[in-house]
Amino acid sequence: MKLSETKVDQIGVQERVARLQSRSIKADSKKEALTLALSMIDLTTLEGRDSPNKVRQLCYKATHLHESFPGLPHVAAICVYAPMIRTAKEALQGSTVKVAAVATAFPSGMTSLETKLDEVKQAAQDGADEIDMVISRGRFLSGDFDYVAEEINRVKEACGSAHLKVILETGELVTLDNVRTASDIAMAAGADFIKTSTGKIQPAATPEVTLVMMQAIKDFYHKNGRKVGLKPAGGISKSKQAIQYLVMLRETLGQDWLNPDLFRFGASSLANDILMQVVKQNTGIYQSASYFSLD
Amino acid sequence: MTIENHSQNTQANWTYDPAPQSIEHVDIHDSYELFINGKFTASKNGSYRDSINPATEKTLTKVAEAGVEDVDLAVEAARQAYEGPWSQMTAAERGKFLFRIARMIQERSRELAIVESLDGGKPIRESRDVDIPLAAAHFFYYAGWADKLDYAFPGRQAQSVGVAAQIIPWNFPLLMAAWKLAPALATGNTLVLKPAETTPLTAMILADIIREADLPPGVVNIVTGDGDLGKQLVRHPGIDKIAFTGSTTVGKEIMRALAGKDKRFTLELGGKAANIVFADAAIDQAIEGIVNSIFFNQGHVCCAGSRLFVEESVAKEVTQKLRERMETLIVGDPLDKNTDIGAINSFDQLKRIQSYVEIGQQEGGDLYQSNCILPETGYWHAPTLFSNVSQSHRIVQEEIFGPVLAIQTFRTVDEVIDKANNTPYGLSGGVWTDKGAKIFKVTRNIRAGVIWANTFNKFDPSSPFGGYKESGMGREGGVEGLLPYLKLTPNTR
Amino acid sequence: MNDRIGVRKTHKMFINGKFARSESERTFGWTTSDTKDSTNICRASRKDFRDSVLAAKNAFSGWSSRTAYNRAQIIYRCAEILEGRSAQLVEELCAQGLNPEDAQLEVRQTIDLLVYYAGWADKYQQLFSSVNPVSAPYFNFTALEATGVVAIIAPRESGLLGIVSAIAPTLVGGNTCVTLISEENPLCTSSLSETLHTSDVPAGVVNLLTGFRSELIEQFSTHMEVNALIYFGEDKDEITRIETNAAENVKRVSICARRDWEYESSLSPYAILRTQETKTTWHPIGF
Repeated sequence: MKLSETKVDQIGVQERVARLQSRSIKADSKKEALTLALSMIDLTTLEGRDSPNKVRQLCYKATHLHESFPGLPHVAAICVYAPMIRTAKEALQGSTVKVAAVATAFPSGMTSLETKLDEVKQAAQDGADEIDMVISRGRFLSGDFDYVAEEINRVKEACGSAHLKVILETGELVTLDNVRTASDIAMAAGADFIKTSTGKIQPAATPEVTLVMMQAIKDFYHKNGRKVGLKPAGGISKSKQAIQYLVMLRETLGQDWLNPDLFRFGASSLANDILMQVVKQNTGIYQSASYFSLD
Repeated sequence: MTIENHSQNTQANWTYDPAPQSIEHVDIHDSYELFINGKFTASKNGSYRDSINPATEKTLTKVAEAGVEDVDLAVEAARQAYEGPWSQMTAAERGKFLFRIARMIQERSRELAIVESLDGGKPIRESRDVDIPLAAAHFFYYAGWADKLDYAFPGRQAQSVGVAAQIIPWNFPLLMAAWKLAPALATGNTLVLKPAETTPLTAMILADIIREADLPPGVVNIVTGDGDLGKQLVRHPGIDKIAFTGSTTVGKEIMRALAGKDKRFTLELGGKAANIVFADAAIDQAIEGIVNSIFFNQGHVCCAGSRLFVEESVAKEVTQKLRERMETLIVGDPLDKNTDIGAINSFDQLKRIQSYVEIGQQEGGDLYQSNCILPETGYWHAPTLFSNVSQSHRIVQEEIFGPVLAIQTFRTVDEVIDKANNTPYGLSGGVWTDKGAKIFKVTRNIRAGVIWANTFNKFDPSSPFGGYKESGMGREGGVEGLLPYLKLTPNTR
Repeated sequence: MNDRIGVRKTHKMFINGKFARSESERTFGWTTSDTKDSTNICRASRKDFRDSVLAAKNAFSGWSSRTAYNRAQIIYRCAEILEGRSAQLVEELCAQGLNPEDAQLEVRQTIDLLVYYAGWADKYQQLFSSVNPVSAPYFNFTALEATGVVAIIAPRESGLLGIVSAIAPTLVGGNTCVTLISEENPLCTSSLSETLHTSDVPAGVVNLLTGFRSELIEQFSTHMEVNALIYFGEDKDEITRIETNAAENVKRVSICARRDWEYESSLSPYAILRTQETKTTWHPIGF
């Protein structure tokens, strides 16, 4: 694996982000953005105490976002730990909501490749539509890019027909140069999506990191003709943030990426905030969280 | 459980709705008068000039046109104030007036931003986020210098010069007024300011601020009018110092007019800056830098990076990315918060830019313009690139002062330094590379007063600005910016 | 008596490191103050000036990029060499009408002035440059750089100190120059040239012309390759002419008076600033 040559300047990225964030999204364009954002959510629960019941509730929510507003889209997927895949598949039967499972010793990735591959194969067998793997950050930071690439490659094989999202865990990569390099490695090794974070490490998704990943995706597309998806995850809980990410997406990767096949939000509480905004946009009345179901 | 979802997975075509800046609270008067000796006064000849909104071609208001008598009055008022209250005041008190002005600009910032965009056509995003905050910051910075001048120049005592005539351009109307006023006042001078005839309105609001700030009458006088008025000011015997920002042609006229007169002057003139992108640069950020270097303020920027030099090995990539980026630039209503490129400042300037674009095509340059839709009325110009041009093309040599970029390629550092310096101008330059040593090699060798490395078009009151060669003399900003307004005499030993 | 026939020195100018007669082969007669000796002084032509400017232009990048320490040593070396030539310089000044005491004083002051400026070479930058605390994550600094090719019209009244006090600060600051030595006091030209020549001042860095101010002032002030002009004198017409012509390429003009070349009153780092530009550089701070 050849080391990525592409340099990233942090201050330049920050300034670009600031400028994109100064876009003012009003009226219909705001409504459209909110609807779009809803359809891009990977509704997520990734906790040790997750129960089948909680997952079932989540699935119900995924398909019934807000009963009083028919016509709203459902979320793109629910995202769970591997043991919950079957429960989720059952609960989502008949819908087009995808089931995504985290695997490869999520979130640390600290186990052998063999164990990871077994886990991925099992998840695929259990019916996961999408598998979110983590890269070996330790190996990456030690400069062993070949190992990181090889691992992604093997996991991709093990996924079979399931889509592979590769989590870079950018909070541990620290620099934007590293984010760029890891993005390039992941895409070259076969990632269908690249994803910022596990949500277990701070900082999780940031606009800066996401912008750099978008630019990597764009360059990859120009060179290889393959459209790789992107999933910022963690820390995106407000609809205003979601809209800013969509602005960034629109002005960096363009309209082609403005759909759930190529862009997702990994989030748990974002959906409710967007719903509140949708209701506000339709009624003109500012909303209270108490009126929106928690799960 | 069935889920019917018509909005799922449909191909989006998401566009932004208009996001207009509300202008309800801005009150533009029916007419504006001259500001002489602390009062708004009609011009002696009673003539006015319309001020046009370049985005709509509609008349915003009318502004008094000063004549010879008015100039005399203004200069006389400045002289009286100089010899009277302003020089009797302690430096610390003088500074406090400047702090006060800075604060009042901040308080009226939204009003100033809106009027700046209405009068001059620049996007509200820029007037709100750049022009007005920087103008306030400039006053704040120089306010603090007023009582510290003895520390600025070692071994020298600093004394004010007297009455300054200050002539400013239309591209950053309030900001240029701040660049002129703040150091002149901090150093104890009084002045007569002449804003550009197409953009006088924020200067008139500034006059109002100065009046409300209770600055002694006559310390700041603002006369409005065109180039002829500027000439009168430059030649006025009562003026001790001239500060001019504008074209190199006029700068040279001023030099000739002042020859043998033993008057001080500073000039901030034109430019044709090289912006150099090496193959090892952070390309995506360089693209932003290029956009900022030439499309900021519709390219009406004397330090614009209007000559882009790209290392040959990345030229294709850079050009491609630049074109794609240009498509996302929103051209249109200056008062829409999402507008990136507003209206061209005046009809004359639009014609000038258009004529250069024609020349560029006649000379064989390859033209590329973004696919933006320009409004029907008003003065507009699409972001424009010229490739396949060389140093001998007029569009590469001459200052266009519009959103028109000329791209050339290069292979070696020495070659690009030579080309960068192959111009009578020397105001600014840009270099993009990830290699520290190369940054210093290039920044040191470009003969220009401001060099941006891995950035472009950044300004700050503490950062001196000004040109080498035909881009002018003297600096504005920073400690250097005090010098034009001071007489330095040796400390008695 | 068996008087030896003295070997007289031919007066030459100094162009691009070479001792040169005027390409026009013109001279003007110059008679010593006691009217005993008459000698021929080169009368520089416009082409001599053009050649000098070209030489100065070519020497600029090398000289301005030398280390300050190196420039300091070279200028100090000039002082050392002048010291050794004191007697000759005194003689030349006396021939121009100074009494021996005044001549000796002028030579001593000239040498001391060179030492003074040699010491500034690596210091003025520290005094007048700045790191600017901009309100953004940028490292921003302002440093001085040489203006470029400087044309100097040396004072009429002084044949040595006046010339050197015009040249030294210009040189210390990394500029190269073409200096017109006055027609009234031209005799030290050769000695000065020899000093520069033997002090490792690179060819073209200092060019010394002798000739008529009235003939050359137009060229000095119009040449487009000249970035700055330092004029010593008080002639209103000349000043107006110079300042008018200077507009053509926005030359920086300094009009200097007696206090600007006399010892003590002229000693100042601010003399160096006459031919300095300030360059401000921005760079992001990040990773």
